[in-house]
Amino acid sequence: MKFARLVLANLGRNKRRTVLTVLSVALAFFLFATLRSVLTTLDAARELGSESRLIVLNATGLTFPVRQSQIPRLEAMEGVKSVSWANWFGGLYQERPEDFFANFAIDPASYLALYPEVQLPPDQKTTFLAERTAAIVGKGLMEKFGWRLGQTVTLKGTIFPGDWDFVIRGVYTPTDPAYGDQNFFFRYDYLYERSGRRAEPGWFVLQLTDPASAATISARVDTMFKNSPTPTKTETEKAFQAGFVTMWGNVAFLMRAIGTAVFFAILFVAANTMMMAARERIGEIAVLKTLGFPDGTIFGIVIAEAGVMTLLGGAIGLVGARALFGSTHALDAFLPGFRVEGGTLALGFAIAATLGVISGALPAWQAARLSVVQALRKVA
Amino acid sequence: MKIPLIYNLRSIRQRPVSTAATALGMAVVVAVFIAMMALSNGFKAALVKTGSSDNAFILRKGAQAEMNSGIDRHTASVIASLPFVAADETGRPLVSPEIFVVVGLTRLNGGFANVVVRGISPQALKVRKGITITDGRMFQVGAPEILVGATLARSFPNTGLGDRITFGGRDWTVVGHFTANGSSFESEIWGENEQFMPVFRGEVFQSVTFRMKDPAAFDGVKQTLETDPRITVDVAREIEFYEGQSRLLSQVLGFIAVFISGVMAVGAIFGAVNTMYAAVASRAPEIGVLLTLGFRPRSVMSSFLAEAMIIALIGGVIGALLALPINGLVTSTTNWNSFSEVAFAFRVTPALLLSGLGFSVVMGLLGGYFPARRAAKQEVVEALRAEG
Amino acid sequence: MALVEMRDVTKAYHRDAQEIPVFSRVNLDIAQGEFLALMGPSGSGKSTLLNLLAGLDRPTSGRITVGSDDVTGMNARQLAAWRARHVGFVFQFYNLLPVLTAFQNIELPLLLTNLSKKARRDHVQASLEIVGLTDRAEHFPRQLSGGEQQRVGIARAIVSDPTMLLADEPTGDLDARSAEEILALLQRLNQEFGKTIVMVTHDARAAEHAHATMHLDKGVLTR
Repeated sequence: MKFARLVLANLGRNKRRTVLTVLSVALAFFLFATLRSVLTTLDAARELGSESRLIVLNATGLTFPVRQSQIPRLEAMEGVKSVSWANWFGGLYQERPEDFFANFAIDPASYLALYPEVQLPPDQKTTFLAERTAAIVGKGLMEKFGWRLGQTVTLKGTIFPGDWDFVIRGVYTPTDPAYGDQNFFFRYDYLYERSGRRAEPGWFVLQLTDPASAATISARVDTMFKNSPTPTKTETEKAFQAGFVTMWGNVAFLMRAIGTAVFFAILFVAANTMMMAARERIGEIAVLKTLGFPDGTIFGIVIAEAGVMTLLGGAIGLVGARALFGSTHALDAFLPGFRVEGGTLALGFAIAATLGVISGALPAWQAARLSVVQALRKVA
Repeated sequence: MKIPLIYNLRSIRQRPVSTAATALGMAVVVAVFIAMMALSNGFKAALVKTGSSDNAFILRKGAQAEMNSGIDRHTASVIASLPFVAADETGRPLVSPEIFVVVGLTRLNGGFANVVVRGISPQALKVRKGITITDGRMFQVGAPEILVGATLARSFPNTGLGDRITFGGRDWTVVGHFTANGSSFESEIWGENEQFMPVFRGEVFQSVTFRMKDPAAFDGVKQTLETDPRITVDVAREIEFYEGQSRLLSQVLGFIAVFISGVMAVGAIFGAVNTMYAAVASRAPEIGVLLTLGFRPRSVMSSFLAEAMIIALIGGVIGALLALPINGLVTSTTNWNSFSEVAFAFRVTPALLLSGLGFSVVMGLLGGYFPARRAAKQEVVEALRAEG
Repeated sequence: MALVEMRDVTKAYHRDAQEIPVFSRVNLDIAQGEFLALMGPSGSGKSTLLNLLAGLDRPTSGRITVGSDDVTGMNARQLAAWRARHVGFVFQFYNLLPVLTAFQNIELPLLLTNLSKKARRDHVQASLEIVGLTDRAEHFPRQLSGGEQQRVGIARAIVSDPTMLLADEPTGDLDARSAEEILALLQRLNQEFGKTIVMVTHDARAAEHAHATMHLDKGVLTR
């Protein structure tokens, strides 16, 4: 610590250079935090689904409906506590694809009972259960469009044609940010009747009495409907979610590749700065050696300089990213619950320290093995 | 009077490590930029090439995507009978009412993927240009036979000629493989619309595509169809429809590309500023000599700017070379309009390489500007006195 | 017994395959409390001799002992520690660190000791007083005149109370008046504080301040 002042004084020697280097390191770690948070958010989404809920889909594919007539048989099954269903509505708001958000028709009472994640004030819940055109909307979505409770919102149907009016009767907050607060739920019975009883549920959700029975009950459901007009494919909600996350495909690889590239780009910048800084000071380093500074101490001082720059830059970038995404929720529409985790910060600081050591290593080594006699002669 | 470039080249050679570090930093930025734009371009190209501007593409009004749409037989026959539909040599209209469904299939590597299954009319290969059956043959009308897109065939099992695939509760025999100029059709399975109709959604098509007699008259065609009281449809040029389908994702990809390479570029520019200031400082006496000899400050400035741009350009070239090998690399993503998988290739075009080089030169200019100005504004006497 | 003993010291440089001798078989004794001026034309090897005494360079052959320490037998790490303890070095061009104040420059050698912060401050203050720069403690080198910078350099050299003070052309970059002050200061350090000083110079007037003068010419040392 005695040498801290020397290290800081050296960094202050060329303030512009130090500031620019710290800033470029900060930018790199801002990117790192952002990219890694995409990965951690996707991982969180993968873990999101429950093991005690099953999703029953049409075996042909995601976009094919199941049948209302199947509900009673599911409800009668042993080990199934309750059954709910929902349908992807795919309506457009203001007919602008950019304003797209997920909107579902749900069977109100059973769905809310099955999803304690959807937190709704009791009076709003009562209204939603009573009013046919009522909708409940995530807090984030309300803020995005500046909607108010009681407001009528019109969605343009894509699968079910026409203009559909809904009255916002509830605003929910998710218990887990990864669940997302950008969804729009309305009542399945309204969809069913207005569509001329053509609508069918998109999928069923089964609440199990015992999560351990997930595999056997899945198999029993699929066997039961195997030779019916609508065969099913049943899996745990967790597996279903994970399937959705895999649809992001090579995102993880892409993020890692870019992250590596960013690391190297900044390594070059930081290493270059350290080499310039060390080269300018050959004479001074020789003086320190004449005064009796051991090689190891000199090595340490140069490494510490690099480390201070990368750690400071890392801190600015990492904490900046956390604060930015924590306060603006800029990416929540794409990635619900997007945030910079503590683990990302820790990893970032570890990388910053490594970056400091690597970028300082060459100049530090050169400084440490500098021949005093030659260096002094060069200066004189 | 211009200061010869050789002066800069020499001075670059005198500081090889510093030059290399700066140039490599920029190289990485340029490589990332090119790679990400190649991704965005590739995805866009795959979907845009799917459509032709000679074809009109029809969905139920408000449906936005094939998946949501439903067109009954009556509407389809009304469309087929209209006078602006082109006909083949035998006089049959070039029209393809199509079934569009997405089914879940297991991949070769065991994963699960959503795949587009398209039921076409036997005329479809004439309506669409650029469809080539590479091996096998066209399906027979009335038979449970299918064609498999070339990209799909590579990553899914049971897609060889004569193999059987099960979906929609029936077995389908693969009788041919086809290519479609690298478009997203190559990620699809095609069969006859009349075969798929009863298996999937009953008596509705999802879209109708037809060749226009006079593609230039599209606006009239669109107006006639959309105002026809017998039918309720939306009409678009086929190419514009697919462009629209790709727009959101390619915009997102483009935005990510610009955001990431922009942030990285600022970092690399800071690095260039450092390097150039150091170059200017270490050459102060030389600058003094040049100014004494009568070179104008302006020449000194452009000389240092040129030096910064040369370093940047070296980085740009290295970056372009680094990014080049990804050209043609096939990757896949989900088309969020249909939740189905689209395979496509990274596209590194000459224009993209040039814009990468341009990007590097701009970084060099921005990074070199202030140091170069400092060099030009130096007082001769002070410059001469400064230590090297 | 002399404080410094150089026995049969030879120094040669290798350039490619050639061996360029600087001096050979030099013998020199320096007693405790002596103030020795070492003169000679440029290139005579007097700075090399000083570097050998300072443990910055190693002789090709021969032996140098300072007190009870055999300097020639030490490795780089031991030499660094030895320098910190026993040698105060004064440079021709002062060689102060521009980013540190006078105080901080003087404190540098003390950072290598186990002294407390307060003890370090007391030592630095004492050195500043000796060289008469107490009021300049917080100035940076560029705010000081050449003479003042050299006095800071001398303060830095004596702050750790080394066994000997080695000065390489300490007045070489100074005007006559400042040079006179520096020489007077060295003289005082020698007389009042009993410092052993070896000063390399090519200025005969500077050498007059020393007890004794030796000449190094063509590798031969003479009184």
